[in-house]
Amino acid sequence: MSLTRADVEKVSLLGRLLLTPAELERMTVQLGQVVDYMNLLAELDTEGVQPMAHAIELANVFRDDVVRPSLPREQALANAPQHDRECYLVPAVLGE
Amino acid sequence: MTLLEKTATELLADLAAGRLSSAELVRACLEQIERHDGAVHAFLRVDSERALAQAKAIDERRARGDKLGPLGGLPVAIKDLLCDRDELCTCGSRMLENFRPPYDAAVIEKIKAADGVLLGRTNLDEFAMGGSTENSAFGPTCNPWDTTRIAGGSSGGAAACVAARMVPLSIGTDTGGSIRQPAGLCGVTGLKPTYGRVSRYGLVAFASSLDQIGPLAQSAEDAALLLEVIAGHDPRDSTSVPKEVPAYSKSVNKPLAGLRLGIAREHFAAGLDAEVERAVREAIKVYQSLGAKVVDISLPHGKYGVACYYVIAPSEASSNLARYDGVHYGHRTDVRIMSEALEAERAALEHGSAGRAAAEAAVAQLDTPLVRMYRQSRAEGFGPEVKRRIMLGTYALSAGYYDAYYLKALKVRRLIRQDYDTAFKDVDLIVGPVTSTPAFKIGEKSDDPLAMYLVDLYTVSANLAGVGGIVVPCGQSNGLPIGLQLQAPPFEEERLLRAAAMYQRETDWHRRAPTLA
Repeated sequence: MSLTRADVEKVSLLGRLLLTPAELERMTVQLGQVVDYMNLLAELDTEGVQPMAHAIELANVFRDDVVRPSLPREQALANAPQHDRECYLVPAVLGE
Repeated sequence: MTLLEKTATELLADLAAGRLSSAELVRACLEQIERHDGAVHAFLRVDSERALAQAKAIDERRARGDKLGPLGGLPVAIKDLLCDRDELCTCGSRMLENFRPPYDAAVIEKIKAADGVLLGRTNLDEFAMGGSTENSAFGPTCNPWDTTRIAGGSSGGAAACVAARMVPLSIGTDTGGSIRQPAGLCGVTGLKPTYGRVSRYGLVAFASSLDQIGPLAQSAEDAALLLEVIAGHDPRDSTSVPKEVPAYSKSVNKPLAGLRLGIAREHFAAGLDAEVERAVREAIKVYQSLGAKVVDISLPHGKYGVACYYVIAPSEASSNLARYDGVHYGHRTDVRIMSEALEAERAALEHGSAGRAAAEAAVAQLDTPLVRMYRQSRAEGFGPEVKRRIMLGTYALSAGYYDAYYLKALKVRRLIRQDYDTAFKDVDLIVGPVTSTPAFKIGEKSDDPLAMYLVDLYTVSANLAGVGGIVVPCGQSNGLPIGLQLQAPPFEEERLLRAAAMYQRETDWHRRAPTLA
């Protein structure tokens, strides 16, 4: 089962990427090859195997709920492409 | 022997005895970089003023009789993926070309506190995604042994700068082999610690369940020195493990008696270059001459490692890299141009010939300005490999495919870990090659992502299982270095370092340096 161009276009929206027609074309071929290779996993019987999400399975790691200083606003905004010294600015979300 | 041919341990002794000042050493490094980095391109940035100022301050404290930290004025190069407060941290990406982090990574704090001198920032595959450093937005790093070849990756700069004797110590990161593979291809010693050994706080995330920071250096002794500084629990990284850090630098020269070495038959299957196999088997003989016993073992799920890794790592990456949205930091597209283009698309759809209902449907599908801003900013900021990984991960996690790919890969990951657990019942270390061939030519695999991914065959399993590994140079083929990989059970870095040092006392591959034009 290989990928279609429509699949790749849909995934590009989900992944918040905008691909040019040439990139879509190339990505469809390349991702198709990689996904075909991933299908190698299907030949393994994993019935009853517990999924392993992490290498070191630490139990819940808690810390005391105490107030600590956090990043000052000025520093948090310092790298923002656009801000008004209080908030990050983005294009209108709900229309003009 | 020239100054920069000395190991970090030798240089530290010179510094401590007053035969050498940190400023002199830093100047020698800067000269070597000036002379050769045009051809190698190991560094993205070198801040000579800052490095010299740090070195002089350390020299003054030494002159006053202050007790210095364990790095005592030694220069360290940092992969451009760890935050150093107010200094650029590009991750090899246009996305973060102008990003200055507001805090220090735990590893940077520790190196500063240990009196290491931060010499400069090394090149890498964009966001550490790649195995050749060709995916850097700022151009590839070349192998110092043959500058028409790759240095490996993603820590290509970190390995090349040590190989070219530009700096004695270097910090890399390893998500699927990114310390061990370039160390092998450049002929230096590189260690990937057990997952959880070193705090990832302030490391820009690629795949959070796999990423680990580690040292690259000329020798195991030097790697021990740097690992001892950077290892240890950090409450700011909830996956860092609260375990005592052994004094690696004290124990590294104690040989291991009665060592049982596991040789996995899968590591010597078809596809392994004959010269690489010969060098690795020679190295195993060296261990046998020191009393080690060789045990044949099997890692039957190793052949699924690459497929498993290229589901899990891109899945985690697609989630981690969602933060680059053109809002909080990083590149944002020119919103005015973008808005005009979006309006033009809308107008074209509205006035198209498809009929009113179809036109309305098409317009309804059009991105909102905010979504288009995200998509356009990411399209401009990320390079082709990062886009591929985001696409792969998004696909593997998307509705309908999650069970077949992501969940399946997590189960296979467990089987790979169980292979190691079984093997380590009978052996102390697993010994084998780190790559199937020496360094290939720049550009050779750039158009074939799958071929590039298959290079990671011998390295990804350690990350999936979370075990540690070390690579030491063990031979050459046509003047190109060959690496030997040792893997140990979790938290047995001490064993890795002692075993590597045993080998390095018997051989001189690690003392060989390339002749640079």
